[in-house]
Amino acid sequence: MTTIVQKPALVIAPRRGRAARFLRWMRSDIRAVLSIGFLLALLLISILAPVIAPYPPNDQNVSLLLAPPSAGHWLGTDDLGRDVLSRLIYGAPNSLYASFLAVFVAVLLGVPVGLLVGFVGGWFDEISSRFIDALLSFPPIVLAIAVTGALGIGLTNAMLAVGFVFAPFLARLVRAQTLVVKSALYVDASRGFGASTPHIIWRHILPNAIQPVIVQVTLALAVALLAEAALSFLSLGVQPPAASWGGMLARAYNYIEIAPEQMYAPGMAILLTALAFNALGESMRVALDPTMKRR
Amino acid sequence: MRQTGAAGKTSRMSVAAAEPSDSKHATTGALLDVRDLCVSFRDDAGWVPMLNNVAFQVNRGETVGIVGESGCGKSLTALSIMGLLPRRGCLRTGGIVFDGCDIAGLGERGMRQVRGRQIGMVFQEPMSALDPVFTVGDQIAETVRTHFQVSPREAKERAVEALASVRIPAPAACATLYPMNLSGGMRQRVMIAMALVCEPKLLIADEPTTALDVTIQAQIMELLLELGRRTGTALLFITHNLALIAESCERTLTMYAGEVVEDGSVEAMLNRPLHPYTAGLLASLPGRRAPKSRLSSIPGRVPSPRDMPAGCRFGPRCTFATAICQEPQRLRAVDNRRVRCARAVELVLAGAGG
Repeated sequence: MTTIVQKPALVIAPRRGRAARFLRWMRSDIRAVLSIGFLLALLLISILAPVIAPYPPNDQNVSLLLAPPSAGHWLGTDDLGRDVLSRLIYGAPNSLYASFLAVFVAVLLGVPVGLLVGFVGGWFDEISSRFIDALLSFPPIVLAIAVTGALGIGLTNAMLAVGFVFAPFLARLVRAQTLVVKSALYVDASRGFGASTPHIIWRHILPNAIQPVIVQVTLALAVALLAEAALSFLSLGVQPPAASWGGMLARAYNYIEIAPEQMYAPGMAILLTALAFNALGESMRVALDPTMKRR
Repeated sequence: MRQTGAAGKTSRMSVAAAEPSDSKHATTGALLDVRDLCVSFRDDAGWVPMLNNVAFQVNRGETVGIVGESGCGKSLTALSIMGLLPRRGCLRTGGIVFDGCDIAGLGERGMRQVRGRQIGMVFQEPMSALDPVFTVGDQIAETVRTHFQVSPREAKERAVEALASVRIPAPAACATLYPMNLSGGMRQRVMIAMALVCEPKLLIADEPTTALDVTIQAQIMELLLELGRRTGTALLFITHNLALIAESCERTLTMYAGEVVEDGSVEAMLNRPLHPYTAGLLASLPGRRAPKSRLSSIPGRVPSPRDMPAGCRFGPRCTFATAICQEPQRLRAVDNRRVRCARAVELVLAGAGG
């Protein structure tokens, strides 16, 4: 354990500003800085795609199919003669949108359900929890395929499906946290000061239960990205000719024997982005760990 | 007002419920009038009575102490008054008249107007009674905004004033701190500030100093008493520390096994306790006898609520018990005091002086 530094009893230092604390955290955690930097760069690329992409994403050069990297096409061309780098750049916003949409849906469904189930408790909890368990027992991709089947194919529907699949995980996590937090004395104390139940849920239980959810969300972003790739690979996701990393990987897979290098670019993009989300989640887990005192 | 309710479902309880209710002093000007409060909890075997016809009053500006061993129903009484009992598996009957209004009949919405605004409460554990994710200033301001239509800015100002009133140095800076940045004593001050910020007429302090070290205990008690005097707030202390009551309260209620067994002025209680249980508590105070002599204690332990003696509940542990103690005891008046003991008049029990 760390040594305990004896402090004078009544020194009240004003709390350091949020910005200052944030900077200190950044300095102490190079992994977080790198992953945030990477994700910000990706966001910038997504926004500036039309400006920085060397070619329009759907321009075909039929004289140059499955070309290896060259000066004209840094990452080569695909089976329809489209510039891989340009498609990678145009695919970034689709892939990011897909991950965030899925996680947004998961949070929107999972967090309120978890809060409600955990707070109400009793037989309502019993029944709801069994229902959530039943949802969890489906293989995620199969459930996503089923939902996509019901909603129709397309990137947005696919990611709604992925979000729906993630929601029970978050609901369970939030429920467990709510069970812990709702028995805390400060919840009773707040009631003793005249707070209403919605107020207690919103102001005391949610903020105290949400920290592991924030971490889980960053990890879920990575999984959602992979799910997008998987669903696009199964052509349930983004529809041609729109570019997405998963879709590119799926196409490249058809030519794995002729042009294996086609897989590298989208594969690396998915890998690095998922890694960045994961690293960010891990850093946030450490930063938000309640056993590490905020000062 | 006579209540039987579910508490009367067990035969033992029906005997107790048939006891003449002590509501002769019904509509006096008391601030808080608890009448025949009964609380039962349900377990697998049925309803278990936890509080049995608890009746007492607190006058405006008065300082009253409730004393008793752990498990006597002291905290349960406080939670009943606040309406903070669990909703499931719990039954409360009896009247709680606060400031002329029967708050026992109020619903959750009505109770919210009472809690914090009319009756404040300080909890035993200052370490966990504050929300760790908000600054203490935010939390006090939130309490202000629960009860008053004020701007966030004004709420914040009142929070800082409240922190200043509990003598926290640099209150404005303290308001920006999280609970974890504060020591136990400081947190209890914050709790007191939060409980008093809406200027309630009654403050219930449930073992406010138990979790603190002795030097801080004295400071917190002084602070509570001073604030009580200044604002005219009545104080209801719940404690197992008789010394604390002797120093600070005007009147004391002794509770045993879910019943009030003695009610009277602190002086009278210290001079001549009427109930053998109170005398036993006084005798077990250390410091009044020769050093290194054995500490005296009351033999036995509080009976389980499921297994109450049929007669006087203290009977099995009482050195003065006789045949008459096999009867259930009712609370009887003995010169301005009330006691639940048949032999109260004939026994002359040693007070704190002897």
